[in-house]
Amino acid sequence: MIELRSGDFNPYAELLNHQSRLAGNAYGATCSFVGTLRDFNEGVSVEGMYLEHYPGMTEKFLQRIVQEATERWPCEDILLIHRTGDISLNAAIVLIAVWSAHRGAAFDACRYIIEALKSRAPFWKRETLTGGSSRWVDKNTDGYCKQP
Amino acid sequence: MSVRVLYFGRLRETLGKAEDTVPIEASVRAIALWERLNGDIPLPEHTLVAVNLEYVKADAVVSDGDELAFFPPVTGG
Repeated sequence: MIELRSGDFNPYAELLNHQSRLAGNAYGATCSFVGTLRDFNEGVSVEGMYLEHYPGMTEKFLQRIVQEATERWPCEDILLIHRTGDISLNAAIVLIAVWSAHRGAAFDACRYIIEALKSRAPFWKRETLTGGSSRWVDKNTDGYCKQP
Repeated sequence: MSVRVLYFGRLRETLGKAEDTVPIEASVRAIALWERLNGDIPLPEHTLVAVNLEYVKADAVVSDGDELAFFPPVTGG
């Protein structure tokens, strides 16, 4: 299930609620990613965020990315919820949950979806900074940690 | 014959408009429409271009009834 939300949501309640409706017990692994709004970015205090999207194209690319994941890994089900509009500190921006028989597919599909979403799904973040000024986020950071 | 042109994010703010509708006499390249509509502003580096909700290159051909969009690199998630 893929959904854009214009208001706050509880990602953990959404995950549990969705899981309770899954038929059967074919999954042995659940992997989830929750992105929330932190209070700093690039050395500056952040107080809030506005998330713009491209109606039609955003949904199309979320659908496509989830479809790509299901074609690459055997998934029992996938839940993707992404916020739009005004977002407050600590609020969830995105939830991705993947249910699969084994952990490999769950981990890999979840990782694939968030990285593909961050590079291809048309969303744009505008941060509200301490003092009330705002700025657009230029680009997403690399999601992979450098080896120590 | 016309093309609807949309702008998003920082680009929308910079241009001070969310969309244009531009008449065309024949198929035309996306970049040519940008120049016709925003001639004094060069297409910013790294701008992404979409036609009918699919990513294309800036020199892609746009035809009557198409929806063209220009926007900055995406920052969702």
